[in-house]
Amino acid sequence: MNDRTLDISLTVNGARVQDRVEARKTLVDFLREDLALTGSHVGCEHGVCGACTVRVNGEIVRGCLMLAVQCDGAAVETIEGLSDSGEVSDLQAAFEQRNALQCGYCTPGMITAAQDLLRRSKKVPSRDEIREHLSGNYCRCTGYHAIVDAVEAVAQARAGARK
Amino acid sequence: MKITDDSPPVLTALDRPNSYIGRSVPRPNLQRLTQGRGLYVSDVTLPRMAHVAYVRSPHAHARIVNIVTEAAKKTPGVIAAVIGAELAKVMTPWVGVLTHLKGLKSAPQAPLAVERACWQGEAVCAVVARTRAEAEDACELVEVRYEELPAVTDPEIALDAKTPVIHASLGDNLCFERKLDVGAVDKAFAESDAVVEATFRFGRHTGVTTEPRAVVADWNEGEQRMTVYHGTQAPHMMQNLFAKHLGIAEHQVRVLTKDVGGSFGIKVHTYADEMATVALSKLLKRPVKFVADRIESFVTDIHARDHRIKAKIGVSKDGTITAFEIDDLTGIGPYSVYPRTSGIEANQIVNLVGGPYNCPNYRAQARVVFQNKNVMCQYRAVGHPIAVAVTEGLVDLAAAKIGMDPLELRRRNLIPDDAYPTQSASGLKFELLSHHEALAHLDSMMNYAGLRAEQQKLRGKGVYRGIGFASFIEVTNPSAAFYGVGGARITAMDGATVKLDAQGAIIVHTGVTEQGQGAEAVVAQCVASSFGVRVEKVRVITGDTDNTPYGGGTWASRAAGIGGEAAWQAGKALRANVLAVAASILQAKPDDLDIRNGLVVDKDKGTERLPLDELARIAYFRPDTLPPGFQAELMATRHYVPRAWPFAFTNGIQGSYLEVDIETGFVKLLKHWCVEDCGTIINPQLVDEQIRGGVVQGIGAALFEHCLYDERGQLLNGNMADYLVPMAVEMPDIECGHVVSPTADSELGAKGAGEAGTAGAPGSVMNAINDALRPLGAQPLTDMPFTPDKILRALGKV
Repeated sequence: MNDRTLDISLTVNGARVQDRVEARKTLVDFLREDLALTGSHVGCEHGVCGACTVRVNGEIVRGCLMLAVQCDGAAVETIEGLSDSGEVSDLQAAFEQRNALQCGYCTPGMITAAQDLLRRSKKVPSRDEIREHLSGNYCRCTGYHAIVDAVEAVAQARAGARK
Repeated sequence: MKITDDSPPVLTALDRPNSYIGRSVPRPNLQRLTQGRGLYVSDVTLPRMAHVAYVRSPHAHARIVNIVTEAAKKTPGVIAAVIGAELAKVMTPWVGVLTHLKGLKSAPQAPLAVERACWQGEAVCAVVARTRAEAEDACELVEVRYEELPAVTDPEIALDAKTPVIHASLGDNLCFERKLDVGAVDKAFAESDAVVEATFRFGRHTGVTTEPRAVVADWNEGEQRMTVYHGTQAPHMMQNLFAKHLGIAEHQVRVLTKDVGGSFGIKVHTYADEMATVALSKLLKRPVKFVADRIESFVTDIHARDHRIKAKIGVSKDGTITAFEIDDLTGIGPYSVYPRTSGIEANQIVNLVGGPYNCPNYRAQARVVFQNKNVMCQYRAVGHPIAVAVTEGLVDLAAAKIGMDPLELRRRNLIPDDAYPTQSASGLKFELLSHHEALAHLDSMMNYAGLRAEQQKLRGKGVYRGIGFASFIEVTNPSAAFYGVGGARITAMDGATVKLDAQGAIIVHTGVTEQGQGAEAVVAQCVASSFGVRVEKVRVITGDTDNTPYGGGTWASRAAGIGGEAAWQAGKALRANVLAVAASILQAKPDDLDIRNGLVVDKDKGTERLPLDELARIAYFRPDTLPPGFQAELMATRHYVPRAWPFAFTNGIQGSYLEVDIETGFVKLLKHWCVEDCGTIINPQLVDEQIRGGVVQGIGAALFEHCLYDERGQLLNGNMADYLVPMAVEMPDIECGHVVSPTADSELGAKGAGEAGTAGAPGSVMNAINDALRPLGAQPLTDMPFTPDKILRALGKV
């Protein structure tokens, strides 16, 4: 270790990871380049587009605005983990069925952000609330209508299942 | 539609027992994308792969005095630092001209600037290192001495005698000029009851693909082959260009296109930094990767739509449009982009203005000039959003002038639905359009009368809502008339190869590519239908010049109409081949058999004769049991290119309903409608989603998106925080409707749908804003994007 690198220890999708990383390396670059978790995408690298949205200690964050070294001791979850655990399988199915993605580049971040809304909402969010919550995730393909439809459908299905 | 020929009399082909035409089946490739298991070029890594970063000119126009790379070369991890003169030995320059755009001229462009940098952002030096971060570190240590030259930025003075000429060898700053004068324009204006003039301005904007441009080039010195992983819309076009400028044969180049994170026309051009990356791989004999970062994207991805159009319409009291006239001026940066040129946008505008209307008098002038800003070229709906906004803006201004309802004025002038085939004043040939049916559909879908009543009522309460319309036509399914006749090696044809595998499933290789629009689904649906299997049994492979049939790729709304037809025909051909095998096994006549849902059946009764997996087993593993001399052919290829019409025009009309806050100038979009006619609809959901996505890109142009340059040619807002794109919360729900007028040029009858939304949205939003503000006496807004400050200025509030 020198003054450019630091040792970190964290969990990524439940698996223990110990690594030596450059202090300047962003979380998303660490995930993509060092762990080959390429489901988190790099769109703007300045915190606007949301393509790199991942979950750190239960909160969604922008992987490009957080450094890997800040995740020492943290629990990081990416789209690969959320997929394998089945946590977002209904959202994924709804996105596929409704064609709520085209090129798919924003989709992992979009689904992660949508899941964040749905697990915090006590009632079915309105279309406006869904639009508001997803406004930090840019999609250039769909025009958002289909995404709102898909998230709304899952919100209603989950509420129905809770009754 | 000829499609009915190969079906029983009562059924159309769409009703074939196994038909997927007209069904919203989900795209077959979505699960890997929702799970983050796609493979975008930015995800690709190869053994020995290096990364390149580029030093870019901070000046809009500067002579490069010298470049010192010694310090950069000594930086840890650096493999090479290369300047333009060195790379020029590996790759030849190019010139973006087409012979059918008469007089269009441009200057040679090199992969790295050699003596001059001609726009802010042009790459002047390449640094290759083990990692992108190391390459960027070393770029900081490259010393470039520039001598700043005067920057030509304002198109209005680009042709003045006093303005410096950017490329001395060209003589002036004029890239291309076109004039058109049809009918008796002056007479028509003189005899009009009203003439309305306006100047329309369109803000330069860009595509902002969520995945930036990306390329991994891998020159294998042992194989003497270049493999390029490329986020492109046109793999075969790029294969030709890489080979041509490296001085090798096309068969020595393989272009692989995996998942592409958005294209919209941005990724169908030759980019100097991508060409340089390919040349660097050849020079260094190892894989080199370049992924543009977002800041680089803003100054290098093609821009589009920077036009100033002075326009005029004549109208008589009864609402008859008597004449259109436009004068278009556009600045396209320092080079015409290769190989499609930067003259097409202005050319399209000249072609398209007035296109939906019956008006024989039309005069147009377009001038395309060079300037020291980033290059402009073809972006989704090339020219359409401008031509439509100008035409529809004029129509609304004329309606207001004579006191006629804007929808009624359109109704009185749109080309009648029974007038086809016909052509526009500019000479565009229309096979079959449906303007009136589309308008009637929109009228009822949006409850126009109800909205007008609501608007009136709310005005009394100080709430200003507006309703705007835009009729449009869209160029789709281009024939060789678009590029081939001008000398570009961009094919208008596409092919599909279909094979039966050993378990009775179908593998399709197609020349069209997938960028998310759903080409794979459409191709699978066409093959499943014409061959006769469940769509789940069809696997589609795209984006590999070693393995797919030669094709144009995906642009100009051609994938479904052209690639789909090739797939349809290939599926039919394979069905005939497979039925020949079945007939020989079953000792029946091929004509008495059919394939339905993966089974060979009796054509008449539909009773099962032989499952395809059993047929494949016999054909592949027990051919000895087939009759002597009989050879099973379980693979078939078909190509298709439109021949009867230069383009398959589509049409439609959009409506926008919005509210303007007259205190803040903010626009709240309440609802948007689009009725379009793309002929046969293969997958209704995919058509609707193309429309919706396109509409939102058009709304972005109308309200937000603008590459702001200062007079020195510096881009002021080249980042995602300052350059605004539509967010979910700002966008309305978008309702789609359809009219179906198939083209008879193909059996399928499908035309394109990828650009209709973008074509019409800016004009309809503009008209809605002006409709909202008209009772307040505001000056009509004709300067996109319509930001709050412009709206407040029009209201006289600031």
